[in-house]
Amino acid sequence: MPNTFTENPEIRQRFAELHPPLTAQAAVVESNRCLNCFDAPCMVACPTHIDVPGFIKRIASGNLRGSARRILEANVLAGSCSRACPVEVLCEGACVMHRYDRPPIQIALLQRHAMDAFHRSAEPLIPVQPPPIDLRVACIGSGPASLACAAELRRHGAQVTILERRPLPGGLNTYGVADYKLPTADSLREVELIRQTGVEFRLGAAIETAADLATIESEFDYIFLGVGLGAMQKLGIAGEEAIESGETTGVLNALQLIAAYKTGHITRMHGAVVVIGAGNTAIDAAVAARRLGADPVTMLYRRGPADVSAFDFELAHARHEGVQFIWNSLPVAMHASEDGNLLLEIQSVQLTGGKFELIPGSQSTVPCKTIIPAIGQSPLTQLLSEFRRVTVEHGRIVIDRANGQTSNPNFFAGGDCTNGGREVVDAVADGKRAALGILAASNHAPGKTAEGAHV
Amino acid sequence: MSNPPYPNPDISVRNFAGGIHCPNPFWLASAPPTNCGEQIMRAFDAGWGGAVWKTIGAPVTNVTSRYSSIDWQGQRMMGFNNIELISDRPIETNLRELAEVKKRYPAQAVIASLMVESTREAWHDIVVRSEDAGADGLELNFGCPHGMSERGMGSAVGQVPEYAQMITEWVKEKARTPVLVKLTPNISDIRTVAHAAKRGGADGLSAINTINSITGIDLDTLIPRPNVDGRSSHGGYCGPAVKPIALNMVQQVMADEESALPLSGIGGIATWADAAEFILLGCGTVQVCTAAMHYGYRIVEDMADGLQNWMRSKGFRTLDDFRGLSLHRVTEWKHLNLNYKIVAHIDEQKCIGCDLCHIACWDGAHQCIHLDRITGPVDGHVELHSIPASYEQTSRESITVTPVTRRERAIDTTNHGPYPTPLARIPRVDETECVGCNLCSLVCPVEQCITMVEVPTGLASETWDERTKGAVCAVEPQIT
Repeated sequence: MPNTFTENPEIRQRFAELHPPLTAQAAVVESNRCLNCFDAPCMVACPTHIDVPGFIKRIASGNLRGSARRILEANVLAGSCSRACPVEVLCEGACVMHRYDRPPIQIALLQRHAMDAFHRSAEPLIPVQPPPIDLRVACIGSGPASLACAAELRRHGAQVTILERRPLPGGLNTYGVADYKLPTADSLREVELIRQTGVEFRLGAAIETAADLATIESEFDYIFLGVGLGAMQKLGIAGEEAIESGETTGVLNALQLIAAYKTGHITRMHGAVVVIGAGNTAIDAAVAARRLGADPVTMLYRRGPADVSAFDFELAHARHEGVQFIWNSLPVAMHASEDGNLLLEIQSVQLTGGKFELIPGSQSTVPCKTIIPAIGQSPLTQLLSEFRRVTVEHGRIVIDRANGQTSNPNFFAGGDCTNGGREVVDAVADGKRAALGILAASNHAPGKTAEGAHV
Repeated sequence: MSNPPYPNPDISVRNFAGGIHCPNPFWLASAPPTNCGEQIMRAFDAGWGGAVWKTIGAPVTNVTSRYSSIDWQGQRMMGFNNIELISDRPIETNLRELAEVKKRYPAQAVIASLMVESTREAWHDIVVRSEDAGADGLELNFGCPHGMSERGMGSAVGQVPEYAQMITEWVKEKARTPVLVKLTPNISDIRTVAHAAKRGGADGLSAINTINSITGIDLDTLIPRPNVDGRSSHGGYCGPAVKPIALNMVQQVMADEESALPLSGIGGIATWADAAEFILLGCGTVQVCTAAMHYGYRIVEDMADGLQNWMRSKGFRTLDDFRGLSLHRVTEWKHLNLNYKIVAHIDEQKCIGCDLCHIACWDGAHQCIHLDRITGPVDGHVELHSIPASYEQTSRESITVTPVTRRERAIDTTNHGPYPTPLARIPRVDETECVGCNLCSLVCPVEQCITMVEVPTGLASETWDERTKGAVCAVEPQIT
């Protein structure tokens, strides 16, 4: 897999890390704060059930290699999870220290400390290659779900191929997580470790037709769907189709913008930006626009600040970065002005009987250079409908949560395409469960003593 | 509330060991903090009540390095170790400075710690010279466990009662000031040398000296610490880690009629509270070294102030008011009441749900703290309960997702039950099986969350001694 990515120094500087790593001594001090709870709530709260006290106490004792191995047993993308996880609502949110009137243990930073040490050591993910088993699996999509599924299958000796339509692997870890949390290069480094376990990567390999699908089906015993979600929805308002969009102007969906700066394709924005929506991705896009130079950056949301789906700390972060807000308003139309700007017409709304009603006479116009719709992500229903007997409901692939199996026993799935869009760590948990599901379905279920079964 | 109606407690010491006076019981032990006059004068300025001069004798040559320590969970110097010998300065220099200190600080106690070769003449000579220089008392260093012992001094004397008695007698032949014998803990029964010192005429004792130790091994170089050019040597262990050992030996000496003498307590004392404990076991003064080496002389301010405030809260006006009050609370096991029963009680409002008490009880005690508040209490034998591993197994197999919507997050924070901690994580004590061992209350990180509550048994007090002899209580604890 050629390394086709070169980090853009300007982006690196503009998107400096939000949470710098701990020093070695700070990590030991912090790890000693951990109470080492029995059946720890942090471990339960983690979708991948990382043995949090177990890895933290290994940091305290100076056993950094053991700490990283303990983490990787549960989560092969632990490096990116330590950077991207909303730990405030996961492990750190569950820390008993909250009830002790003390700040929670900085689990994410400690996990990163162990994973950074592991990455510096250049050790392979799987120390001893397991004996091969007769099982060929294709993972479609190369995001966290597929990566976790592939790595777990490799641990048990299966042959795994990942098919990715984009030029770089990693899915949203590479293209979608704000760079001040997880730089693209760090995502690619983690993917490379998984590739080195013997996973084959086919990049630029889109599965778009029934024929593509049939080819894959004939080559592999099982198929794992980790295809994520599709493009952002259009706003569907008057004048939208007539707007011509450039690289940083016009109508630009949030994920496109994030991918473009993360890969160094854009490094600057100018003028006013309006982001529509107030989810976590909308906030990532708004903060990105600020850091790229846009001013002012305004988020427009149909409800009030108490109703945003974004995490509280994300909303606070956006405010800290200087993002402004227009609440209880909807976009109603847009058009180009004569000076080359855009004019976004908005109107206040009120929620009546579960429906948003425009308030008459409350129209106003917001001039801007760029409009970023980020009101949710729509699934790739078109592709999924092509899969035989794979049930799709509300745009999501239906699976058995315990083993990732779809209604077609040869197809397994996990991640955003099954849950409508959660976190990296949820995708990793799904991928791992699906891998074990595939092993069980193919009568390769791991025995407790199977060699190489655990890293 | 206004101040209690009595004056600030008096912490001065009068006539310790038959003639030593000082403004407070806090002395610096014979060690690097008392190496020279300039240091001791600064220490007195900081508030120390006395100082035992770094042991005076024929000057030695020291090695580098000299110290090593044990850190514990990020805390530095839980235990400290040294291989430094006695003073490396000429006797004349030490005594000249001692005279100068005494001239400038008449109220503070200056004790000369002495160690010379084991001849009557050598001891006579050093005793006379020290007292001529103005020492308020003498401390015979029979305890130094490293280096000097190889030369027939220090603990080589302190481990042989006959030698200790003989040298004490030599010293007493000349001494005009109180003579303290410093005891080594590196002996099977510290009382044997205390007897000897008392027989030899000592006026008081100091205990304990440092404990033979190897603090650790550098796992990169495989060289034990402290490293002296690739080799190490056993040293003397001290610091907070040794306090319980010191307290036990102090109790042994003070509870034994043939051993008991005015005692200067030593061993891991770092705070006023430590000092109070030594005094409660009968000590007249206390000596401090490691804490002063760690933080400097200034620690004495809180030691004096804290001791006074504690005395005030307890209604003690002088040190004599509480000296030795806890001594007779220590007895032989056979005199403990077998019919006294306590059980653990968990305060549900305070429990934070770490469940350390559960795993400690299951793995380290008597399997009577359970996680069955949700499933329903099951009392009785171990076999009836879910074992700890089954809880962990259930957790590992559970499916957890990130709560991405406000509604999901709201469920997370409201699904708690009546206490701050979810009911499922608040352990329950099976009181019929609880043996009252204290372990859970010791591991619980939250103060006063697990308390040990007395359960009346309705039975009269009965000790093992009484049960096996059928006799009435022979030893009535003296309670003041």
